Amino acid sequence: MVTAPLVHLTNQITHTSLVIGLGTIFTASLFCGLIDRLRGVGGTMSTSDYSYITIFEGILLYASEAPTYHIILEVALVLWIIKLLFFTQKYHPNASDKPTPEEEESLIHDWEPEPLVPPLSDDNKVPESPIVTGMTGTYVTVDGKKCLNLATFNFLGLLNKKNIHEVAETTIKKYGVGSCGPRGFYGTMDVHIDLEEKLAEFTGREEAIVYSFGFAAIASAIPAYSKRGDIIFCDEGVGFAVQKGLSASRSQLKYFKHNDMEDLEKLLLDQEKKDKRNPDKAKKARKFIVAEALYMNYGDLVPLKKLVEFRKRFGVAIILEESLSFGVLGKTGKGAVEHFNLTNDDVDIVCASMSLSMATMGGFCAGKTFVIDHQRLSGVGYCFSASLPPFLATAGSEALSIMKESPAMFQELREKAKLFRQLLNDISEIRVEGFEESPLIHIYLAHSQGSRELDKNLLDQIVSDCYQEGIAIVTAKYLESQEHNLPPPSIRLAVSVEHTKEELTKGAQVLKNVFEKRCQ
Amino acid sequence: MPREKKPVAVASRSNGHVPNGTTEKITAKSKKPQHKETFDQVPLDRAITTYFSYALMIFWGYIWDALRQIGLIKDGHGEATCKDDLFKLKMEWTGFYTRNVYRRMRDCFNRPVCGVPGAYIDLVDRKSDDFNWTFKNVGTKTRCLNLGSYNYLGFAEEKGPCADAAIQSIHEYGAGTNSSRVDLGTLQCIQDLEEKVAEFVRKAAAIVFGMGFSTNSTNIPALVEKGCLILSDALNHASVVTGAKLSGATIRVFKHNDIESLEYLLREAIVKGQPRTHRPWKKILIIVEGIYSMEGSVPRLHEIIELKKKYKAYLYLDEAHSIGAMGPTGRGVTEYLGVDPADVDIMMGTFTKSFGGCGGYIAATEDIINHLRSHSHAAIYASAMSAPVALQILTSMKIIMGEDGTNEGQKRVTQLIENTRYFRKRLKEMKFTVYGNDDSPVVPIIVYQPGRIQAISRKLREKKIAVVGVGYPATSIVEGRIRICLSAAHTREMLDTVLKEFGDICSTLWMGNDTVKDKTS
Repeated sequence: MVTAPLVHLTNQITHTSLVIGLGTIFTASLFCGLIDRLRGVGGTMSTSDYSYITIFEGILLYASEAPTYHIILEVALVLWIIKLLFFTQKYHPNASDKPTPEEEESLIHDWEPEPLVPPLSDDNKVPESPIVTGMTGTYVTVDGKKCLNLATFNFLGLLNKKNIHEVAETTIKKYGVGSCGPRGFYGTMDVHIDLEEKLAEFTGREEAIVYSFGFAAIASAIPAYSKRGDIIFCDEGVGFAVQKGLSASRSQLKYFKHNDMEDLEKLLLDQEKKDKRNPDKAKKARKFIVAEALYMNYGDLVPLKKLVEFRKRFGVAIILEESLSFGVLGKTGKGAVEHFNLTNDDVDIVCASMSLSMATMGGFCAGKTFVIDHQRLSGVGYCFSASLPPFLATAGSEALSIMKESPAMFQELREKAKLFRQLLNDISEIRVEGFEESPLIHIYLAHSQGSRELDKNLLDQIVSDCYQEGIAIVTAKYLESQEHNLPPPSIRLAVSVEHTKEELTKGAQVLKNVFEKRCQ
Repeated sequence: MPREKKPVAVASRSNGHVPNGTTEKITAKSKKPQHKETFDQVPLDRAITTYFSYALMIFWGYIWDALRQIGLIKDGHGEATCKDDLFKLKMEWTGFYTRNVYRRMRDCFNRPVCGVPGAYIDLVDRKSDDFNWTFKNVGTKTRCLNLGSYNYLGFAEEKGPCADAAIQSIHEYGAGTNSSRVDLGTLQCIQDLEEKVAEFVRKAAAIVFGMGFSTNSTNIPALVEKGCLILSDALNHASVVTGAKLSGATIRVFKHNDIESLEYLLREAIVKGQPRTHRPWKKILIIVEGIYSMEGSVPRLHEIIELKKKYKAYLYLDEAHSIGAMGPTGRGVTEYLGVDPADVDIMMGTFTKSFGGCGGYIAATEDIINHLRSHSHAAIYASAMSAPVALQILTSMKIIMGEDGTNEGQKRVTQLIENTRYFRKRLKEMKFTVYGNDDSPVVPIIVYQPGRIQAISRKLREKKIAVVGVGYPATSIVEGRIRICLSAAHTREMLDTVLKEFGDICSTLWMGNDTVKDKTS
């Protein structure tokens, strides 16, 4: 089949050159003949008459004197050229590809689309989501059974704080529930501005911007800055919302191995080399490092100092996802920057969901005014979405006030996390990894059952056994086909500052018993 | 729970395609005299003056930027402290646009509100000493007639059954949530809400999410993937565009509400298959909106459904603005146009607008919803809807359905329809160019030039009327507009006041008397 286009091409070339060649020969011969004739008759005519001979007369003159065979030949030649030019069927190499209307109809008739969603099967089960009634605090009522809650991210226990409830109630009595508009069109309430100011003050940054959904904050912030042609150096282990932000940005993505600074350095050096070769392009392209402070998928800490060093050395901006570390790390709960004793200038943008420590909804980004303001027109999840309901904004403000007034709770939370981690270390069937002060703890099976599916099944059984024993825990759930780097199956535990030592001990004990029973 | 009623012949296929079904060409003219929409050709003089306005602003902008460069003008917001510009924002075109064009009308947007966005809205008075770079609160507030908020059925209320239910749920569940749906985020009230939503939109099942934007942007990727084709209306909302981009599917755009354009794309897609490989598409998803938020237009659902059945495509209907706001009982655009909801595969909508809450839903068959429960990004990774919001929606929905034992809900729906018809009729009598469907509560009045958008917005604000002015880039350059969102909370007197003030202002701006051609399609 490869020869077919070649044949077409040669055909076409022959065709064209034939027309052009013959045309040239004919015209040339005509004119040569004409001029010969004219010269010939020139002898019998005066030079002044010469100019009066039109071409048509010239042809006639020529025809009257030329030999007959010559004329017949030339007329035939003219007719042939006319035929070639106007009456030959034009050759379209793709013409045969175009289906007739009947063929189109049959194609349309025969086309069978896949079903909109794949049918349910063993691999594709409906997830059982347990139904929660009442307040989710240290204890939670799951499907009617009261359990010790080691599953939800209520790190600072703010979800069930009476103060916050009262503030939220007052707000509803003044503003109603919804904001009924995007920020641009009468959806900016004074409480949103107030929350943004408080967030900026709390994080010690110039400005903060509030999104109405935690997932949308980072997913909109990244594409607001990074466009096609820009380069993002990104940790392989980032959470799903970050991954969505990365793919929405359409930038060039360079993943480095999870928390592997050597790998990152290598990528940055590579890029530096490329930039030297093409300085014009390098001048235009923005470069970012995207990482999470505490990784949702692993519970470990980012080597932020190293990142900051790279930022200075290579001129790469840092966008840091702080959902888990905000209100957890640092002396006053400001997050990873405070934990590492860095300054706010070292990390350009921090982004966090407000539904973890702050126990409200939405997310925020904080940084320099000039940089953050850019999101107010370019952050799609900010511009085109209704703003956060006012009562959730005041709940957030109140949460920040509480966090500011009692900074001791951050230390307490981290100590409880440490304690629980130690208790878990006694269970020989599991592997506990991650940062020791992280209130989110992933526990993995020490010995795999052989496959991911078997491991998951075992963990599911352990989770349901724990429910029976009155402990609410969950497995870490992922969209397995869509994750960039799928973490191993695990149970995800969350410690709250409200948990007492006894509750944590009891939780660990139940886990130990269940694991021992199931992993024999 | 209500089940979808489906004819037996189509039960085997979820997109309602009839095997060996009709193949005659569907013409745009074949249907529906009720589909009456006005669109106007932009008159040449308006187009020229509008382009000239923008050109002038851009030209002026370049001069000012040059003066900034050499340090003659020192203004700006926050640049001073941003020394190492790693974000390279200064060379962005958006930056230029913000500095030189958008800034001039910044006072018309993001106006802070300090009260419930009902029929009246309290706006914080603010002033700017530095040409709109920053604003200061003066300390007073103005009570304005609210024609800017999406409060179609007037459920933005600080008291009444909805607010009471929401407040009660704060004490029962807390204000926020901190778990995702697949973990421990499925609160009882969310479960109740989902059942009610399914019943309301007449589908078998529904799932709700905490943010309307994310409902689109995180669920479209769960439905289509690489190798699938999305046919999207040219004026679809940014959330649909984001979702379509994230899905990895191929996106093709058809002209706004243009059935021929859609059919051409459908035929071409099926006949040619995927680009390069020419494999057949896995599936084709048509995405349209119930009411287009900037045009006030309604999709031609009858024709779209015929096409969808003929070509075996799937239909995704985003009813962000139309749910509650269209149809004799507020069931949305399907009810308004008399379309069977079973013919629409995915019905999506938001709770921000008619229900006074926030978040969004997707309603479909049980299979689809079960798939979304386990594959939607938001269901797995994002926190669930907050309980007070769920209760606000649940209560308002029950009122609309008349389950509270009164006809309060029906009264609101009827009031909105009456308000809409009256207001649109009067505007047309006053010879303004009004876009969109005659029954759509989104009323865009075309004023063309950016200067007029600002002037009308500011002058109406002085007259204590709050409206939304929209220009480029949210609309096409020449079609700058004032957008009015009507509400059941508005009374006839309020609307008359607005019409009078609007007419007065526009006559001082040499406006009105536009030649509107009614195009019945």
